[in-house]
Amino acid sequence: MTLELAVFYGFAAVLVLASLLMITVRNPVHAALSLVAAFFAAAVLWVLLEAEFLGIVLVLVYVGAVMVLFLFVVMTLDLNVSQLREGFVRYLPIGGLVALVMGAGMIWVLTRETVFERTTPLRAGADYNNTLAIGQVLYTEYVYPFEIAAVILLVAVIAAITLTLDPRRRRTSKSIDPAEAVKVRAKDRIKMVDLRQK
Amino acid sequence: MITLSHYLVLGAVVFCLGVAGLFINRKNLIIVLMCLELMLLAVNINFIAFAYFLQDLAGQVFVFFILTVAAAEAAIGLAILVMLFKVRGTISVGELNEMKG
Repeated sequence: MTLELAVFYGFAAVLVLASLLMITVRNPVHAALSLVAAFFAAAVLWVLLEAEFLGIVLVLVYVGAVMVLFLFVVMTLDLNVSQLREGFVRYLPIGGLVALVMGAGMIWVLTRETVFERTTPLRAGADYNNTLAIGQVLYTEYVYPFEIAAVILLVAVIAAITLTLDPRRRRTSKSIDPAEAVKVRAKDRIKMVDLRQK
Repeated sequence: MITLSHYLVLGAVVFCLGVAGLFINRKNLIIVLMCLELMLLAVNINFIAFAYFLQDLAGQVFVFFILTVAAAEAAIGLAILVMLFKVRGTISVGELNEMKG
């Protein structure tokens, strides 16, 4: 139990520090990397809560795909950091005040109410399979939400492609029109020349 | 002994850091998107903590769907950001005033 508490406090500290670093750091690349650290710490905490599948999904999907996408976009764009940083000091007091008031309120409620004083339930045995358990409810009870989630992902893919596709650029790229390509005859491409001069 | 309120307080702290980040980085759209991800992560921590302490898998399934929607949101948001940068040459929120009356 002591080890568990040590792991919790250790990774909770990493999570809070990484979040704090993310919102205050100057360079967007460093901010993205701090967010990656925050996701890793959160994944460890989720594994501690017996949500192994979601912990691994967080690392694979979030760190592996979403954050790499963020990093890719940050590095592709030529950002003017000093312009984006203006107002940082001006909004620091109001941002800090709002966060402090909100956080103090939430923590006050959460630590005062005895409803939240629940202690750790019995640990599941070594034969418990979290992925199997999630799959069993996901494909039975939550099968319609699951399919809607698939449609949402499809819409996101189509939206992202349509947004970034520039129709004016298609002519200048090296793509070929299949309709034009099948109409080509051999005599259009090859011209036989008799080299034997008479 | 870890109680439920440990995790809930952690989630509250991370959520408030995300809100503070929204305020102080309000000019930089990329950081704003990252702060949204941070706030979603805080909510997910709450969901998973409740799922564990109430021994109910519904919370974990919900986190699964939140992750799906958040990934879609990040993809579309970044696509809009790239288009915006292509058209305007900047992603500063202060310069986006075309719709201003």
